[in-house]
Amino acid sequence: MTEQLNAVDPPAIRVHDVTREFRRGRTSLTRPVPVVHALRGVSLEVARGQRFGIVGESGCGKSTLLRIIAGLDRPTTGSVQVEGVEISHLPERRLGFLRAQLQLVFQDPMSSLDPRMRVRDIIAEPLVAQGHRDNRTRVHELLEAVGMQPDAAERYPHQFSGGQRQRISIARALAPDPRILVADEPVSALDVSVRAQVLNLLAELVERLSLTLVFVSHDLSVVRYVCDTVAVMSRGEIVETGPIARVYDTPEHPYTRQLIAAAPRLRAALAGRTAAVLAAETLAAQGGSRPTSTAAPAVPLPPSSPKDTR
Amino acid sequence: MTGLSRGAEALLPPPGRRTRRGTEATLLVGGVIIAVIVLLALVSLVWTPYDTGEINPSERLALSSDRHWLGTDKFGRDVFSLLMVGSQTTLLVGLVSVGVAALVGVPLGILSAMVPKWWGEVIIRANDLLLAFPALLLAIMLTAVHGQGVVTAMIAIGIATIPSFARVVRSGAIGVMKTEYVLAARAAGRRPLAIALRHVLPNVASLVIVQASVSFAIAVLAEAALSYLGLGAPPGTPSWGRMLQEGQELLFVAPRLEVFPGVAIALAVLGFNLLGDGLRDRFDPRLEDRR
Repeated sequence: MTEQLNAVDPPAIRVHDVTREFRRGRTSLTRPVPVVHALRGVSLEVARGQRFGIVGESGCGKSTLLRIIAGLDRPTTGSVQVEGVEISHLPERRLGFLRAQLQLVFQDPMSSLDPRMRVRDIIAEPLVAQGHRDNRTRVHELLEAVGMQPDAAERYPHQFSGGQRQRISIARALAPDPRILVADEPVSALDVSVRAQVLNLLAELVERLSLTLVFVSHDLSVVRYVCDTVAVMSRGEIVETGPIARVYDTPEHPYTRQLIAAAPRLRAALAGRTAAVLAAETLAAQGGSRPTSTAAPAVPLPPSSPKDTR
Repeated sequence: MTGLSRGAEALLPPPGRRTRRGTEATLLVGGVIIAVIVLLALVSLVWTPYDTGEINPSERLALSSDRHWLGTDKFGRDVFSLLMVGSQTTLLVGLVSVGVAALVGVPLGILSAMVPKWWGEVIIRANDLLLAFPALLLAIMLTAVHGQGVVTAMIAIGIATIPSFARVVRSGAIGVMKTEYVLAARAAGRRPLAIALRHVLPNVASLVIVQASVSFAIAVLAEAALSYLGLGAPPGTPSWGRMLQEGQELLFVAPRLEVFPGVAIALAVLGFNLLGDGLRDRFDPRLEDRR
């Protein structure tokens, strides 16, 4: 395609006017098939090394957009380029390059790891799939990078806590040494105290490996903590994009204003007991047993909404 | 006997965190019954109280005694020995037919869950068609083509059992295909075949085991029915179904010749059903845990 020619230094990800419709089952013989418009003409561009956040309430199409970017779903119309290559029309078996360049971290640490596989096989899966043999040392390296003991390799996912599972998930995503990391609500299912640790780990790894990060969340404060640029999504459309500080301080779109206005109320509801407080307590209690967490930058941690505090 | 039941339990999965008394009892009773039948079949390979091929007119239709525990049939053959040898046929037919059904049904079920929705529907409708086809008719047809025999019976029962495996596996596999770990595997670049073998198959294995146990019970019953009708084991091959047929003419003279094989069949069916039910309950909480 011609896109490859004009792209001297293409952005990591370029999404142009993507729509995605889902057909629901017929409810009546005479009426037309109900169609859900999950994405209505989404365009965005993520530069190399950028940490790009996508915020929006549940059901706004964030996850659909992520799946399309990751080549796990196809847009109804529009174009998606990753590292300058159009992926929207490639069959899955020709996405090999994408699998090496772009990896995912999923939301639910319970369902994103196969309960019947050992951790070493889970982490090595992208390596095996891409034809690497003898991944033992690489698996141990990755476990160390996410702050876990090497003996975790021989155990099964159900023997770990949510935060640890998410670390395993991150290790798996980093296995093929990708350039782009796509995270779909990676901390939403986690406990508040653990959440801070995982966020710090993610931020640190992105920094150290100079990855491009696409981070999806419904939680503004989490996105603000990790990302430098943000896109606000509402009802299948991106309503506002810009540097994170600008969007937060001077939101242009009414929906963004609404979203930001909602956050302080939640913070007040938490009565000052923020994730930062909890994280500090946890770190103190652990006495620095987790190298990645203690090594993490001492940045004020985001507060969290009470709805996720389980 | 305790050693035996422990041996049977060793075949079962390790106890889960939550165990229920009822489940344990069901599993234990089913396991013990099956273990006894398997043991009798194994012993009969090397030893039976009497030779079942030996016809002894002087002792025909003997009642239960110290010499013949369950008496003798109209040819003077020892009924207990016949039951022991007959269990070989029962288990062999069950094993092979369930094996055939699982070997075809499981891949079919997984395939129907992994191909695009429309093709999956086509596969499962064809499967339903087979489900609607009477197993007995299939057996008669196969017998007409290939002649009477244990092999014909095994294949007929096996083919008739395919749809139930395909259905059960399909529903489990559809659930697995929706999980994030399958999505992660696709994102890792796994090919569909690798996903089927490494993710889907291990996660529907418990369903397959339960289905196999229940199907085994049905196969035991089907084999007895076919042999009774003269579509299964040929004359000379000891089989519980044949024993029923041969004893039929003497129903009012020596009803025990019907009762003993009948009880054996009922026990085997009960054993496999209990085992299947117990396994299903045992696996259930784990399935809940995983969601």
